[in-house]
Amino acid sequence: MAGYFELLWSFFKIGSFTLGGGFAMIPLMEKELVQRKQWLSKEEFLDLLSVSQAMPGVFAVNMATSIGYRLRGKRGAVMAVLGNILMPILTILLLAMFIRYFRDNAVVESIFKGIRPCVVALIAAPVFTMAKNAGLTWQNCWIPLLAAALIWLLGVSPVLIIIIAGIGGFLYGRIKDRKEASA
Amino acid sequence: MIFWKLFYTFCKIGIFNFGGGYAMIALIQNEVVEKQAWMTAQEFTDIVAVSQMTPGPIGINVATYAGYTAVINAGYDPWLGVAGAFLASFSVILLPFILMLLLSHYLLKHKENKDLKNIFSTLRITVLGLIAAAALLLATPANFGSLSESPLQFYLSLAIFAIVFLLSLKKKVSPILLILLSGVVGFLVYGI
Repeated sequence: MAGYFELLWSFFKIGSFTLGGGFAMIPLMEKELVQRKQWLSKEEFLDLLSVSQAMPGVFAVNMATSIGYRLRGKRGAVMAVLGNILMPILTILLLAMFIRYFRDNAVVESIFKGIRPCVVALIAAPVFTMAKNAGLTWQNCWIPLLAAALIWLLGVSPVLIIIIAGIGGFLYGRIKDRKEASA
Repeated sequence: MIFWKLFYTFCKIGIFNFGGGYAMIALIQNEVVEKQAWMTAQEFTDIVAVSQMTPGPIGINVATYAGYTAVINAGYDPWLGVAGAFLASFSVILLPFILMLLLSHYLLKHKENKDLKNIFSTLRITVLGLIAAAALLLATPANFGSLSESPLQFYLSLAIFAIVFLLSLKKKVSPILLILLSGVVGFLVYGI
């Protein structure tokens, strides 16, 4: 049985040593929780993974929530989440203060001048790398194109787009079902 | 009051994010730069750069840093900036956390539910548009330089953009390495 402190410590390690976002945590989580501690079976782990992906929010934190909850209930969930985000928050805070202090430094500014276009490219690239997994086809590519145009050109809120897309997906499925049933 | 607004804004970002870290960057960008104007596109881009290079989920990293910057830009003491950082980070996970405790059991049972599947598959492709819009909104003269005022910076920025884009698309080069290299190029060209 996992103790609260053990849970906190395991997720602290996982949160502190993953560079490159939430999905980079999956192999580390599996190694620590399934193989080393044997708190979960591989099947349970994959089940929780698919639920965490479907839920809104931050994937890695959802993983911590669902695993902590499964192992030690609500308090377990709190411990796992705290462990997971403590180190990232402290690290970024220290860096933020440090950079703030050197903001007007010419060398720091020259480095950021080189980095800015790189960051924009790093945000643009996943649009294409994620497209295949998201199931983008010639028939449905108008959806992201329209969404991008509405946000970029007309300043429509992305939250509103998400709400409309969710309702649209629900209605589309229902209408398709009805047509298939009557055909 | 900025703390209430931070709480509300980041709660909203958390509960409406259905597409991983980059989708969350898009949502945060839209709220903190376009809507609330807590910081410039340039400041936000710098925040994303630092968040890519530090450990942890990128959504949390950007939320922490953006919360800190928003409070300080509003003219508050740096220590209140720290409070803003914690507030933004906890707000962004609050509602998904509650939802997860309430619904994970139900979702596990109804994994094969058709309605849920239709909603999520539509959201997955829509999110691509959200991320594309964020990239377009961040492609500003402040980030790239302008052709009339700083042509060298403008052309170099376009070159860095194109190379990084192709490398992360075709070769799957690590973002951290790409940021470090771009920083070195920036230092060599503008800093010496």
